[in-house]
Amino acid sequence: MNKLEISISSPHLSGPQSVTRVMALVLLALVPGTLALLWYFGWGVIINIALAVGSAVVAEAIVLRLRGRAVADTLLDLSAVVTGWLLALALPPLLPWWQTVLGSVFAIVIVKQLYGGIGFNPFNPAMAGYVLLLVSFPVTMTRWLAPEVITGQALSFADSLHIIFAGLPPAGQTWDVVSSATPLDLMRSELSQNHMISEIRSSPLWGDYGGRGWEWVGNWFLLGGLFLIWQRVISWRIPVAMLGSLLLVAGLFWAIDHETHPFPAFHLFSGGAILGAFFIATDPVSACTTPRGQLVYGALIGLFVFIIRTWGGYPDAVAFSVLLMNMAAPTIDYYTQPRIFGQRSGSDG
Amino acid sequence: MITAILTIAGLATLFGLVLGYSAIRFRVEGDPIADQIDAILPQTQCGQCGFGGCRPYAEAIASGEAEINRCPPGGESTMIALAELLGRDPIALDDEAAAEKPKSVAYIVDAECIGCTLCIQACPVDAIMGAAKQLHAVIASECTGCELCLPPCPVECIHMHPIETTPQTWRWPYPAPPAREVANG
Amino acid sequence: MAEPRELSHFHGGLHLDDHKDESNTTPIRDLPLPAHLVLPLQQHIGHVAEPVVAVGDKVNKGQMVARAADYVSAPIHAPTSGTVSAIGRRPVPHPSGLDDLCITLEPDGEDRWDTLPAPITDWRDTEPAELRERIRWAGIVGLGGAAFPTAVKVNTSGQRRIDTLLVNAAECEPYITCDDRLMREQAADIVDGIGILRYIVGAAHCLIGIEDNKPEAAAALRSAIATAGDDAIEVVEVPTLYPSGGERQLIKLLTGHEVPSHGLPAAVGVVCQNVATVAAVADAVLRGRPLIDRVVTATGGGIAQPGNFRVRFGTPAASVIDAAGGRTGAYGRLILGGPMMGFTLHDEQVPITKAGNCLLAPSDEELPPPPAQRPCIRCGECARVCPAQLLPQQLYWQARAQDFDKVQDYHLFDCIECGCCAFVCPAHIPLVHYYRFAKTEIWAQERERDKSDLARRRHEARVARIERLEAERKARLRQKKDALEKNTAADADPKKAAIAAAMQRVAAKKAAQEAASETSDSE
Repeated sequence: MNKLEISISSPHLSGPQSVTRVMALVLLALVPGTLALLWYFGWGVIINIALAVGSAVVAEAIVLRLRGRAVADTLLDLSAVVTGWLLALALPPLLPWWQTVLGSVFAIVIVKQLYGGIGFNPFNPAMAGYVLLLVSFPVTMTRWLAPEVITGQALSFADSLHIIFAGLPPAGQTWDVVSSATPLDLMRSELSQNHMISEIRSSPLWGDYGGRGWEWVGNWFLLGGLFLIWQRVISWRIPVAMLGSLLLVAGLFWAIDHETHPFPAFHLFSGGAILGAFFIATDPVSACTTPRGQLVYGALIGLFVFIIRTWGGYPDAVAFSVLLMNMAAPTIDYYTQPRIFGQRSGSDG
Repeated sequence: MITAILTIAGLATLFGLVLGYSAIRFRVEGDPIADQIDAILPQTQCGQCGFGGCRPYAEAIASGEAEINRCPPGGESTMIALAELLGRDPIALDDEAAAEKPKSVAYIVDAECIGCTLCIQACPVDAIMGAAKQLHAVIASECTGCELCLPPCPVECIHMHPIETTPQTWRWPYPAPPAREVANG
Repeated sequence: MAEPRELSHFHGGLHLDDHKDESNTTPIRDLPLPAHLVLPLQQHIGHVAEPVVAVGDKVNKGQMVARAADYVSAPIHAPTSGTVSAIGRRPVPHPSGLDDLCITLEPDGEDRWDTLPAPITDWRDTEPAELRERIRWAGIVGLGGAAFPTAVKVNTSGQRRIDTLLVNAAECEPYITCDDRLMREQAADIVDGIGILRYIVGAAHCLIGIEDNKPEAAAALRSAIATAGDDAIEVVEVPTLYPSGGERQLIKLLTGHEVPSHGLPAAVGVVCQNVATVAAVADAVLRGRPLIDRVVTATGGGIAQPGNFRVRFGTPAASVIDAAGGRTGAYGRLILGGPMMGFTLHDEQVPITKAGNCLLAPSDEELPPPPAQRPCIRCGECARVCPAQLLPQQLYWQARAQDFDKVQDYHLFDCIECGCCAFVCPAHIPLVHYYRFAKTEIWAQERERDKSDLARRRHEARVARIERLEAERKARLRQKKDALEKNTAADADPKKAAIAAAMQRVAAKKAAQEAASETSDSE
């Protein structure tokens, strides 16, 4: 019996959970929402995912090699795949390929590995990559497609590939024909022209309670998120607090004025709120970890999403809000330490 | 003009009073810095720092006469603790101090001791018992391992025995680093 | 007993495969006398016991061979008759794998009892202090694994009134069944012991907390209670959830009270005792027998015939394994204690001591080597399962950074080392190892500090003494000088006075003569 073996401390049993399993479950939970995106927005979604995931994995492998870490073993934790995948889901489907790759590589190399790799990054890598692209390439980053349920026309796989790699609109068409504003964009620009909600609602981009198509994408991501809660990969606190506070604040303003503030469900089902609440804000590395801290963290993200969407310069705000709260997470954790067993309530934790 | 001067003067007086009051009310009766330094030093009283004991060394550090890297028994951890206390940068240990020795206690070989009492006079913590022409003995629990008793002994009957780790004093080793960090080696 | 008691709950915990069936179906077996018995002097928390025998002494079974060296300490008795063959360092069951002081006994095979103290059958008319003294004499310590001297634990004088004696029969760790078998086979002893302990601590009633995976043991206890007719004892079945057998967790479960963070169970009016300890108390009081053996579970996939054994202290672990049919399959680890809190033995010849409840020889499939460690992803699962409601992840970061002040700010010493956090960690970080590392480092620092404080005091005392002696010496010198001077002065003065007087007289004579001559000249 060698010395190493005896200095192994108890417990000698270990549970079934592993980082790889956690990440794999996240990927599995992303599948329904991803398929819905594919259904509504075409092949570009899949091409983006392939590009983002591929470049994330390659970038991670290169950096790990440079840092002298075990490459294959670390890649197996699948965290780079998750980062790439989440970034791709946030990108417009026909984004030029090099922008996707740039965002993905930035997320992995600068935001994740330069801070020490998985577990050490203070910011959510996917959202940092998204924000980099958004501020650097505002035109292409806001050039979304209309859901195919509206246009009735689908771009073929080859067309999508061509657009993404050539950076040109389909032959004989202009960008204006192919692209469309997102419902959040539309809401924002129409409101700024003093249009009433009731007028804006007549736009074909509107669905039953959110953006057309978007609302169903949201539903499928919601399903995946509930699956993660059921599997105890994430806690209910962050998504519930975030969506709850978003609903509450949106509801409050909607109650004050129906005509200048959209129906609360619109906020939930027209942009990245659901995806953000279940998959991005819950990224354990950059989020709060104490139970009360998670509630505060989620609620503040929801609040910031509403503030930035309503009064800020960008139509969607999940990425900004998450990054802002990433910064505050350690402080929130510090002040929300739970009462320990046998400690009188009220005394400082 | 007058108003402005009066306002500024009034404010100055007010803040002066507040500051004056808080200086009295919240005065910190802190340990003099030499006491705090002394509390960190290992109290072997060995004099290896070049001073007559831990207290003189502490006072020398406090007055800026001595560096913080001259305590061999304290080793690196003491140096770092001193650096933190004094807000100085940690510095490499002195050459002599750098060679950290295992903690030891003195032991007198009965058969060789001639009962000269020289070691008793040298011991800074009165850890050696005995009288003239009587066998001397070290009280192991009180011995700081300073080795000050070694040079005076005319028959070299004092030896340093490293303190053995027992199950009671054993410490869990620092956990092995994760495999991926080992993998680069 | 009629209506089920309303149970509280504790935070976190784990549902584990309990693996009790392997070893709890056969009765407790006896072990043949081994060739040597090695009795470590430290089998308990507190001061090391002091040997009261010398090498070569013949001792009888039950004779004290080492006495309690302090209030918090416990004596050790010879588990059989024989000869003391050595007193020295031998391998002991300890995670360090280091040797410690032991008394080695060569059994003579006669197993001859020493003269034992008289049984105290009328304990109800005996002073509690006397009963405590008996428990102390018997060397009884907590047999659940903590090994804290029982006589100290039941001395509740000066503390809050105790209203509940809580008997810990939860045995929540997987594989271990020694308490289970003991309850099935010696329920009457346990009920006797409860009566005695309840009397000593002055508790009005007694709760026996037992996990609901031991229905036979619970039934045995209930029938023994019915036979004794003691309706102040209640058997309470608690859900099987690790670590319900943690003292604080069980108290919370059964009474709803949380023992204060740095307090004792007595602070909530409870004294908690392990069920085997209770049986040992009955043995000591009603039969005058010291604690010389205990029930040990030998189990795991690597053991041919798992079961429970009554093992004399000092018996090599290997003898217990042999009695259980030996090892099967490849030679693997041998763990003392359970899979969650036990430690790997470095030598199969180490003796069974008072704290040794289980020998676990797992097959490789049962306890595979720990998976490769990855960086913490801060998932917080550890905090969710922590029964002490700590933030294991923060403790880990601080312990890893060796920031021993911060780690205590996060309540390191409230950690009970149950291992739940490390079990669920998806990154497979040996969290408990980090906490143990930090705890032992902090203790070592405290020892260093105490030692340097002592050295400072002694040095200051020495300096003060030297100064005083010097001052005294100087004072004596001065006194001598003064005295000398005074003496000279005193000696000189009369002379001077005499001289002065003489001189005056001479001068006067001279003047008179001169005057006379002048007068005579002028005449």
